[in-house]
Amino acid sequence: MNRFSYARAADVAQALELRGAGPAAQFVAGGTNLVDLIREHVARPTRVIDITRLPLREIEAMPAGGVRVGALVTNSALAYDERIASRYPLVAAAVLSGASAQIRNVATVGGNLLQRTRCVYFYDTATACNKRAPGSGCAALDGVNRMHAILGASEHCIATHPSDMCVALAALDAEVCVEGPNGARSIAFDAFHRLPGDTPHRDTTLGDDELVTAIVLPPEGFAAHHAYVKVRDRQSYAFALVSVAACVALDQRGAMRDVRCALGGVAHKPWRDRRAESTLVGRRPSRDAFAELADAIVRDARGRPGNAFKIELATRAIVRAFEQALAPKENEQ
Amino acid sequence: MSRPAASMESADAAATSAAKEAPRRVRVGDALPRVDGRAKVTGAARYAAEFDAPGLVYGFAPGSPIAAGRVVSIDASAALELPGVLHVLTHENRPEMPLADRAWKDQVAPGGMPFRPLWDDRIWFSGQPVALVIAETPELARHAASLLKIRYEHTPHQTELGQVLHTAYPPSTEKGGFDPPPPPRGDAYRALRRAAVSVDAFYSTPTEFHQPMEMHGCTVVPSGDGSYTVYEKTQGVMNTHRFLTQVFGLAPAQVRVVSPFVGGAFGSALRPQYDLVLAMLAARDMKRPVRVTLTRQQMFTLGHRPATVQHVALGARADGRLDAIVHEAVSATSQFEDFADVVVNWAGQLYDAPNVQLGYKVAKLDIYTPCDMRAPGATQGVFALECAMDELAVALQMDPLELRIRNYAERDANHDLPFSSNALLDCYAQGAERFGWGARQPTPRSMRDGRELVGWGMATGVWDAMQTKSSARAVLDADGRLTVSSATADIGTGTYTVMTQIAADVLNLPLDDVTFSLGDTSLPPAPLEGGSWTVSSVGSAVAAACVELRSRLAELLQTHGGVAFANRDTEALIASMSIRDGCVRLRDHDDGGTATIAVADLLKSARLPQLEVQATVSPEERQKQYSMATHSAVFAEVRVDEALGQIRVTRVVSAIGAGRIVNPKTAANQIAGGVVWGIGMALHEEAQFDHALGRVMNHNLSEYQMPVNRDVAAIDVLFVDEHDDVVNPLGVKGVGEIGVVGVAAAIANAVYHATGKRVRDLPVTLDKVFA
Amino acid sequence: MAHVIDTESRTLDPSPDPDSPPAVPVVLTINGEQHALDVEPWTTLLDLLRERLHLTGTKKGCDHGQCGACTVLVDGTRINACLALAAVYDGARITTVEGLAQQDTLHPVQQAFVDHDAFQCGYCTPGQICSAVGLLAEGHAHTRDEIREQMSGNLCRCGAYVNIVDAVEAVQRAGSNAEEDER
Repeated sequence: MNRFSYARAADVAQALELRGAGPAAQFVAGGTNLVDLIREHVARPTRVIDITRLPLREIEAMPAGGVRVGALVTNSALAYDERIASRYPLVAAAVLSGASAQIRNVATVGGNLLQRTRCVYFYDTATACNKRAPGSGCAALDGVNRMHAILGASEHCIATHPSDMCVALAALDAEVCVEGPNGARSIAFDAFHRLPGDTPHRDTTLGDDELVTAIVLPPEGFAAHHAYVKVRDRQSYAFALVSVAACVALDQRGAMRDVRCALGGVAHKPWRDRRAESTLVGRRPSRDAFAELADAIVRDARGRPGNAFKIELATRAIVRAFEQALAPKENEQ
Repeated sequence: MSRPAASMESADAAATSAAKEAPRRVRVGDALPRVDGRAKVTGAARYAAEFDAPGLVYGFAPGSPIAAGRVVSIDASAALELPGVLHVLTHENRPEMPLADRAWKDQVAPGGMPFRPLWDDRIWFSGQPVALVIAETPELARHAASLLKIRYEHTPHQTELGQVLHTAYPPSTEKGGFDPPPPPRGDAYRALRRAAVSVDAFYSTPTEFHQPMEMHGCTVVPSGDGSYTVYEKTQGVMNTHRFLTQVFGLAPAQVRVVSPFVGGAFGSALRPQYDLVLAMLAARDMKRPVRVTLTRQQMFTLGHRPATVQHVALGARADGRLDAIVHEAVSATSQFEDFADVVVNWAGQLYDAPNVQLGYKVAKLDIYTPCDMRAPGATQGVFALECAMDELAVALQMDPLELRIRNYAERDANHDLPFSSNALLDCYAQGAERFGWGARQPTPRSMRDGRELVGWGMATGVWDAMQTKSSARAVLDADGRLTVSSATADIGTGTYTVMTQIAADVLNLPLDDVTFSLGDTSLPPAPLEGGSWTVSSVGSAVAAACVELRSRLAELLQTHGGVAFANRDTEALIASMSIRDGCVRLRDHDDGGTATIAVADLLKSARLPQLEVQATVSPEERQKQYSMATHSAVFAEVRVDEALGQIRVTRVVSAIGAGRIVNPKTAANQIAGGVVWGIGMALHEEAQFDHALGRVMNHNLSEYQMPVNRDVAAIDVLFVDEHDDVVNPLGVKGVGEIGVVGVAAAIANAVYHATGKRVRDLPVTLDKVFA
Repeated sequence: MAHVIDTESRTLDPSPDPDSPPAVPVVLTINGEQHALDVEPWTTLLDLLRERLHLTGTKKGCDHGQCGACTVLVDGTRINACLALAAVYDGARITTVEGLAQQDTLHPVQQAFVDHDAFQCGYCTPGQICSAVGLLAEGHAHTRDEIREQMSGNLCRCGAYVNIVDAVEAVQRAGSNAEEDER
């Protein structure tokens, strides 16, 4: 690892002050991604700011009905929290399908949002990667790309966002609370992660001088009809080839009044196609309806030689996820 | 020489009539817990990178980003500026090293030119070490290495086997253990054309890596007088020792290699790796202890199981008897050495057909030389063969198990020799019964459970059973404690335990009073731990040493034991003798009493400090008249998600014929471990090359997927009775490798049975079945 | 056609190394014993344990958070030591495999591993054991399948998985409370 100095922040204000602006200083909480990136020489901060002592570990019910989760709440604490498990089981299921228990025990909500792609080229400084070294090229395009994007990519970058939690948060339309020198603001989840475009070195819209302080889960958790389906090459401890967070709310007649479908493992950010979702509103749940939804979502999907199979896989995973969401007491995969 | 098996049996008979208060005698065949268990579960067991020395410094070796070309320049100034960075070794400033290939060849070296790290500016493979940075802390060494400014000249490279098949050639036969395919018998291609039923297909297996949990590493400690103690991760301290004396021009007494525990090896630690050479260079140069360890990523730049492309064609009569076998394979090797595996010979050994054509060639790529990896050759070759047999069974509309039984070979037709033992038919029968194979419905896609298709597949497995020359020493001290030793290894195989058990059985002492030492070149010579031959080879030497010690002890009792022992018959003494609490005890059949004498007193009266025997055992000549092998039948059940394609192996039954089993507990674990390897091979493992870069890109344990706990459900291991008095005096065969062979085929065949899709290219991933 | 590659060209502009960043004073209680240390900011708990404190029981299997061989318990919670910056863990109580046994008596999980032959080479074993102790304390594994899932963060290349699950299940059945037993 390169030589960096260590500072410990006692509160948010101090954390922001220590950070200043620019990538030379980085916050560390669980460290399960950052420490790895520093060791691989992908991240080279001159200063690491320990924010683990910040008072951001609370999960609190909000007056309007939602739940606010502090950025330092660990993945395990989040998934096993009574309120989350009962009101937002989709989030619990997604979190528990990711990583390992050891990692979940220290990785934080904030870190999970900000974790970087696991693209093998991003991680290997001997290769060309526009995300790591802008302008150097993208070796993944014609290389080993089984894990890479089929939606929303560009010729500059086909990396995927590796998080499971974020797919659930995207489905629920969570909000990300951040603080900076100019005060606090709230970012809609869909606007937090970026598409690569021609600036793939920027993963999120978080300012270089800002700190994630919390996420807010809206009142609707779709506890009655939800599913998280994760398709991967082995039974556990592996990133998704494709994952789907599916949620449905039914009206009194049994028709769908709200449909959410977020995909993981397929793009630079969790993928939502609101237009496709809206076409199902008012219809009764049926395999055909979900197959149509799936086809609409992948209509513009483009695969590389190593991952084109993910397009068909995604459509089947979507149908499976909605079947599970609507089946009584079906377990997640 | 006396045969311990018979002696143990006669002692057994005596023991059963012995007094009830005698503690139960340790026996070969007991399912005992490992004697090194406590050390391992408490973290006390030390591995190569865990031996400390005052003044220890650390080396890190950065690797080349290109697969072919040369190093143009290295600027180490930024690295050397950092306080605590002591030296940067490159090809430009390295000391003199021997020029001759001979100096660099170790016992397992194949034909060709061995790799010499930092030799010159030439790059042979991606990840090749191009420098050694030595610093006071490991983090600093690694960080300083990232500051080296290195310029390369990149020349065209080739890493794709499929592109070089036309260049393939029969490899050099220099590599120890390599047996080229036997000459053809009959005319296989003609017989194929005339066969009533035939199958003909190409199969492929990818490059795979050993990836033991312990990374390669060593700690070299110079003693100041020109000698060295080397703690190395190795499967053979003697091989490493010889290599170091050759390369560094040292006298044998100047190097001691120590390796008491190895964190898994599976073949990767048979040959000394570049970390050892670099650490020695640094230690010699700096006159300080040096530790060099590889990162997990660097573990993907070393020896590996080579990729293969294989052609298998089988022709049969309508009744399923094979008439023709064609098995031809090409596997990859490096530019500089001819690595060779026994890939295709198994077809001619397992199944007796009148027309057999076997062919094996290698093709050069810009990669590091492959090295033996758990059942090298058979793992790849039997995969293709047993999938082809399954395809033939389908073409014949015959049960796959029935097809194997019909083609069971009574003799090894490759060498025209009888088997020393072959319990394969029992393996088929008992394995099938345990699995419930009889309930299988033959039609693919006919068995399902909810969303999952269920499939049952089977395969035959085979591996060598060998013995090689080994020595062991047995020492009984005045406290009545036995120390047995041999310079062998325990790489997780249970060597410590089985040797202790053999010794305790022969001499009739409690397990706690026996210590087995290994992994040290100051101990009696032993071969590399590989080829599943350790229990056969070292075990025989241990038994021989203990048998001789027992005879000497009996003699001593007669001559110096006093009245109670003086007139006893030697065989009777041996049969009823035991050693406990520092005393030799003898059960007296006539009056039910015991005679006893303190070992200390016995030795003292004979003026001996201890009783010591060293024995060397070589394979008996008559082994040459037999073909010796272990056999298995593997049955696997898979469930395949019909829509999503995800495959899980829900149960496996492995029926093994491996002669006498010294310790069923450790042996079953070995086999189960082999099954887990087979699951990985079938479903997960594949080195993903970026051929444009000539580099393995999934060089980490998340992307190079091996089975996790959840991937493994039920594994049922059974050992069938098998008696073999040719393979060695103990009648034992090693079980380190047989467990892997055939598993991938059984799983691939089960996937076919579940889905109707035949996947011939490993790994069988969901995208290959769900389409 | 040869072309020249510069190893620097594919990394971000290296940040200038600050001159000797100060060491960080930390107090770590390891297996009940307090250590007051100055650690470099980039020192991980794993390297601190192994290289500096010579507690080599905790193993380095990947240094990447992908194998679990480095699992230790921090305040009873299982974590990967390879990704833990020692400075961040100032004040923590850490239990390593060396701290589980009580003099000559093995921890129930250690004993179960021996009884069920839940290892071969032993290299992943300390991590498996600490992970199992953590799993039992977490209390979320109620079936054999859940044990398998929640132990999946510990790779075993020797493939002793079935015996590992047997061992963990046995301890669970015996009702041993890992929280009471570990310091």
